[in-house]
Amino acid sequence: MTLVEEPVAAQAPEAEIGKARLRKEDARLITGKTTWTDNMVLPGMLHLAVVRSPVAHAKITNVDLTAAQQAPGVIAVYSGRDFADEQGSIPCAWPVTPDMVNPGHPSVAVEEVNHVGEAVAVIVARSKTAAQDAVELVDIDYDPLPVVLDMEKAVGQDAHLCHDHIDSNESFNFVFDAGEAGTGGNTEQAFADAEVVVSRRFVQQRVIPAFMEPRSVVVQPQGDNYTMWAATQIPHILRVMLAMITGVPEHKLRVIAPDVGGGFGGKLQVTPEEVICMLVARRLGKPVKWTETRSESLMSAHHGRDQIQYIDIASDREGNVKGLRCRILADMGAYLRLVSPGVPVLGAFMFVGIYKFPAYRFDCRGIFTNKVPTDAYRGAGRPEATFAIERIMDELAVELDMDPLELRRKNWIKAEEFPFTTAAGLEYDSGDYEQATQQALELLGYDELRAEQRRRRESNDPVQLGIGFSTFTEMCGLAPSRVLGSLAYGAGGWENASIRMLPTGKVEVVTGSTPHGQGHETAWSQLVADSLGVPFEDVEVLHGDTAISPRGLDTYGSRSLVVGGAAVMKAADKVVAKARRVAAHLLEASEEDLDFSGGSFSVRGTPGTGLSIQEIALATFAAHNFPDGMEPSIDAEATFDPVNFSFPHGTHLCAMEVDTETGMVKIRKYACVDDVGIVVNPLIVEGQVHGGLAQGIAQALYEEAVYDADGNLTTGTFVDYLVPSAADLPHFDTGNTVHAAPGNPIGAKGVGEAGCIASTPAVVNAALDAVRHLGVSDILMPLTPERVWRAIHQGGDGGDRATAGTNAYGGAQTETTAGVSTDASSLGGDR
Amino acid sequence: MIPAAFAYARPTTIDEALQAVASGGEDVKIMAGGQSLIPVMRLRLAAPETVVDLTKVAELRGVRDDGDAIVIGAMTTHSDVISDPLIAQHAPLIAEATETVADRQVRHRGTFGGALAHADPAGDLPAVALALDAEFVIAGLGGRRTVPAAEFFVDYLTTALAEGELLVEIRIPKLPGTWGMHYEKFNRVAQAWSIVAVAALVRTEGGRIAEARIGLTNMGPTPLRASGVEAALVDVEATAESVAAAAEHAAEGTSPSSDLNGQADYREHLAKVLTRRAVTVAAGL
Repeated sequence: MTLVEEPVAAQAPEAEIGKARLRKEDARLITGKTTWTDNMVLPGMLHLAVVRSPVAHAKITNVDLTAAQQAPGVIAVYSGRDFADEQGSIPCAWPVTPDMVNPGHPSVAVEEVNHVGEAVAVIVARSKTAAQDAVELVDIDYDPLPVVLDMEKAVGQDAHLCHDHIDSNESFNFVFDAGEAGTGGNTEQAFADAEVVVSRRFVQQRVIPAFMEPRSVVVQPQGDNYTMWAATQIPHILRVMLAMITGVPEHKLRVIAPDVGGGFGGKLQVTPEEVICMLVARRLGKPVKWTETRSESLMSAHHGRDQIQYIDIASDREGNVKGLRCRILADMGAYLRLVSPGVPVLGAFMFVGIYKFPAYRFDCRGIFTNKVPTDAYRGAGRPEATFAIERIMDELAVELDMDPLELRRKNWIKAEEFPFTTAAGLEYDSGDYEQATQQALELLGYDELRAEQRRRRESNDPVQLGIGFSTFTEMCGLAPSRVLGSLAYGAGGWENASIRMLPTGKVEVVTGSTPHGQGHETAWSQLVADSLGVPFEDVEVLHGDTAISPRGLDTYGSRSLVVGGAAVMKAADKVVAKARRVAAHLLEASEEDLDFSGGSFSVRGTPGTGLSIQEIALATFAAHNFPDGMEPSIDAEATFDPVNFSFPHGTHLCAMEVDTETGMVKIRKYACVDDVGIVVNPLIVEGQVHGGLAQGIAQALYEEAVYDADGNLTTGTFVDYLVPSAADLPHFDTGNTVHAAPGNPIGAKGVGEAGCIASTPAVVNAALDAVRHLGVSDILMPLTPERVWRAIHQGGDGGDRATAGTNAYGGAQTETTAGVSTDASSLGGDR
Repeated sequence: MIPAAFAYARPTTIDEALQAVASGGEDVKIMAGGQSLIPVMRLRLAAPETVVDLTKVAELRGVRDDGDAIVIGAMTTHSDVISDPLIAQHAPLIAEATETVADRQVRHRGTFGGALAHADPAGDLPAVALALDAEFVIAGLGGRRTVPAAEFFVDYLTTALAEGELLVEIRIPKLPGTWGMHYEKFNRVAQAWSIVAVAALVRTEGGRIAEARIGLTNMGPTPLRASGVEAALVDVEATAESVAAAAEHAAEGTSPSSDLNGQADYREHLAKVLTRRAVTVAAGL
């Protein structure tokens, strides 16, 4: 080993943290030159197709597989009965109350179907085409049952039952009462004493995660071992759960999430199809693959949101809030999936928003309906809560005849009051709501737009203008394990990382936080480049394979940087500590006399001495000259369990034009200032904000999973389920304030969900602000032109949409996409 | 998303195409770009025995000047329509409406004739063809016939094309006089079908509206002419008031559907607003 003399006064290496690095992973992801699960081809691999129920609720009276079994290329056909003894139930890891009712969720229906699209049989064939061709040959007789679709009816008198083996449609009733918890006063008393009470019913419509890469699963059995490739957010959790469901021992099961094309919570699941693939592979001893179609995805992958919120707010006449009471009906769909009940319960702690409520009560009932289950979707509980509080604050402002911003300002937590414990019992870590708001007002050009709004009102312009606020916070960094334990969640919230120093000085970082498009490889490389003083390019990030990254809890809840990145930092600290001991040995100095800077150790006060950590990696590989008693490794592993959540916040402002003649709404300008703590990569943060805004705006304006009266999903293709593109969205004026999160070594707060959580109420508030003088006080989401027009001209909230899908291109709906042939297969004309 | 098995023919001439259709069996579908046919086949809403792909029939492509009309080959792609100089000169309404069809990728494959023969009531081009009094030249094994636009669109996804026939070209009569044109489309996201749209042609003479032709998209199972509006716009002063009054007739004789995008009464309202706007622009007001 040579010690190279380097000029000490050389410029300090540029810090990687804070640099807008282009993402390492983008070239392969954007060009598709990578291995998605559906690209996997294994020798002898068989292909699955799932036969799905075309009816929402029925007893299965007869299953005839004969014709399908005899179809060309078909190896086997299974019904639910064939798997009844081994398929168990899709797990629900979050029993939110001790008496929560879980009806059980077979992967393939055995006796009863409870939603359109539920798996009823499985075809195994030599080719995907042969499997698909045989789907129509499966003949199942259904004895229809009454369909439960409307939550308010489902909890009413003499309601039909979604599951006849349980005695109501209620799964659980979760209550958080600040008075009982000791985090606030008596809520009933606060309302009894209040000078002003405003009550509203808000609807959080059902939406579909609509990730870009459809779900896909490959299972390869080898001896008594199984390897699963899956388009999943959670390979680690999936492995544990599949072991428990199928009885395949955990150490005989390896789960790999290769590059995954988005999830938004939609791949935070243990899916029926993943279980089915395991069961078929075990039974046949052959590798199998299943990849869904888009219409299968829309009808059978879990949905998000879907709450009816009855919100009461109490205040005095001056606008000081006195209490908040939230009664929630949360639609679970037909079954409980992994964290279905936990989603509204996560929201329970966010309904108070950034405001100092002295009293708070949250009461949520989880309800079964004959629809696909709901579960995590970007924000999971927090968008629902933020929508309710930011909408009701506007309604209170109207009631008090106050400026909505003044009302917020009067009640929000002041910068000097952090850390602040809310009535919901959470300790908010840091921030400055006033600063973010001021910055956002300037970005928007608030005063000018308000002046234009007045002009348009005075001239009775057919196009009216409104401005909407959302001053939000959210809890990120899921999660302190003990908090999850107190909420009866089935797992912890820590994250694991390890760092391997290779002989040539290159670095492998293993993370348990499995990305599905977020840019972990880039951000983690920046963290390690700074911590170890190695070039960004010398760092490789490994993830998503339980054999490579054995411990982890994966990616969701804006946790990866805050928890997973923190674990990487901790591991890097350990590497440096070990390397320091080696450096001291090689430099013949004491550890205390060594400085570590820019990747090199040097002896304090002795210019010219220096040993880089990359050189130490080679010295460790050789181990010829190593400290006595030290094992020849400077690799390290760390697990980080946060003690608190982190609390990003921000102010989002939307200026909205409403064409009162047609009801068409158009975002004129959107400005937001987010505080996500320390920013590691501004480009990634900006991208996350943009994507989040797109999804939050989409909930406000475009997206809704619509079921007809029979329980068919009529938004069964992207013709009717409207996901906006860049062409439909405005320019975003974004900014940041930075208040470091005290709870992790990076100071980051999390950004994955912020835009999605904050934007929806800002958009709706803006539209209402534009037309409130015309007598409109609420419009149901999404704000379709028809609803806006009806609210303006006919009163009310715009009402329900007709449920029929558009007739464009033949009107594809679940009736016709559930793999069942129909009369509609003879459309005329040239196409 | 895998179609049922089908036979596939890719002729290179119109005659070959007609032969392929004739010998293709019971259920033959003609593919003229495939931007609607392939999705419905992948969803198995359609399962034809044979698909006859017209992509290689060169004589069906292109736009030519034929004296008192321009003639658009049925297989001229949307993107070629948008950039065609003859269309820009004589029927810019077609280019304007075509620019609103779906997205760039679809416009590179989808064709003018394919969209017309598909006759999707939410499609943009049928109402435009109707407003322009286009003529449809149809070839069969027995020869050719020409059908006026008013008789071409028969019902939902149904045209005057008989089994074994092929739409080969569309004749757009040149318009004498000073005409303004506008296509007013109303939809929720950029690539979506029309909820309602209005194609307006207005001939002006010295500050007056001499005549107008109004085509309505998605106001019934077929494209429609708003004849009440047209009647109200014969030789009237070109003012906002007269246009607004005429537009009030836009929903007469329509039978719009109710679906996720709008119930029938809302579509009727939209037809009036959009007609007023379309005529206003077309009349240069």
